[in-house]
Amino acid sequence: MAFSLRFAVPGIIFFFLISFWVPSSAHAQESPYIVAYDHYLEEPGNLEIEYFSTFGTQRAGNDFHAFWMEFEYGATAWWTTELYLDGQTTFKDSTVFTGFRWENRFRPLKREHFINPVLYVEYEHKSGADKILKEGEGHDVEADFLVPNAEARKEQINEVELKLILSSTFKGWNFTENTLAAKDLSNWPWEFGYALGASRPLALRASAKRCSFCRQNFIAGVEMYGGLGDRHSFGLHETSHYLAPVVAWNLPSDWTLRLSAGFGLNDNSHRFLLRWGLSREITGFGSMVSRLFGGHK
Amino acid sequence: MKTCIAALFAMCILLGVSLAFAAQEKEPRYKYKKDALVYAEIAKAPDKARAKRNPLEKDPDAVAAGANLFEQHCSECHGDAGEGGKKGPSLLAPEVQNSEPGAIFWILTNGVVRRGMPVWSKLPEPQRWQLVSFIKSLGAVSPKPQTPPPTTATPSPTGPSLRHH
Repeated sequence: MAFSLRFAVPGIIFFFLISFWVPSSAHAQESPYIVAYDHYLEEPGNLEIEYFSTFGTQRAGNDFHAFWMEFEYGATAWWTTELYLDGQTTFKDSTVFTGFRWENRFRPLKREHFINPVLYVEYEHKSGADKILKEGEGHDVEADFLVPNAEARKEQINEVELKLILSSTFKGWNFTENTLAAKDLSNWPWEFGYALGASRPLALRASAKRCSFCRQNFIAGVEMYGGLGDRHSFGLHETSHYLAPVVAWNLPSDWTLRLSAGFGLNDNSHRFLLRWGLSREITGFGSMVSRLFGGHK
Repeated sequence: MKTCIAALFAMCILLGVSLAFAAQEKEPRYKYKKDALVYAEIAKAPDKARAKRNPLEKDPDAVAAGANLFEQHCSECHGDAGEGGKKGPSLLAPEVQNSEPGAIFWILTNGVVRRGMPVWSKLPEPQRWQLVSFIKSLGAVSPKPQTPPPTTATPSPTGPSLRHH
């Protein structure tokens, strides 16, 4: 029973939150990536509420279910800001809130190019019990997750993370390459990581009929991510890496469902990570907030 | 406890950012100036882009498919029938309707990022051409007056309504 509740509670909170909002007429074409980023930002004034889950296997320890909520807001067409709230359940252990992240993505170039850069800046305040595996960095390995929650949560981490996102779109395909540098604000060295992704809609033309199961609503792809060591020992030694087929289903009713099955590529990686996410875009959120506070009608 | 307070603080910042940027999208007078700046971007389309022909020009389904895409991605800003909205200019204006399909395609691909229009290259090329087909099917209305009217733009009496599709 407790097991089921642990899975259900975050989902219930998510549905409760979005049920406040009236249906909107727009929906975006969301990418299927869960770890990698492409160069497309949130449309200005829109808020996307997302819930993600990661089920991970753990050798020599208990499997876990990590989950997070994202509130992604398009401040302008060149700036997207995002708040994450993270938690996790380690089976036969406990459920803990593990922290928050504040992420910003900036698009420096005005127009579309063959390679489109996006600058990413994030502040993370999390505990050592964090298991969402939203990125691969440094020498993070599976064995780090063996520490019991009660002990791991005592460790507080304040981290700044920078990414350079380079993304291209060609004949319906998207190719993206993310390079990551993260610095714990205590006395730890810079850590590095990467994420690569490729994806394509199953059909390039839209159907003349409004439909949920049309092929153009599905985007499939693959992403690969992992750590690249730190400033003192850069490279693949003692790092973990994952390869994950991904798929997104963009529904005409503003909902997007994402699914990813990740496989560890070496002995330092979790063998299997099953991820899924549900998101809904609230169009005109900025205007709604403005009206709420007596702005322009 | 400290974490919760910090999370609430971050949420307040996010709300503040929302308010600050939402506050910028009012003022009809400002909007007309903004629309003119957005229309001016069409003129910046390179000759090579202008010369591109719509490969779906003769596709009988292109307009209907474009209408669906427009409703999903564009109507929030440009209005249900492209008549313009608080955030986006009218697409019935001669500046748009008299433009070459290639120029509209170029704007869709590149956006007008500094003026609030995102890039739409995330839609595959055929879908952008379907959108161009639909936008061109809306037809032009008479040129707008020199001075902005007291109210925001009204829907075109001739422009098709997406709700009928």
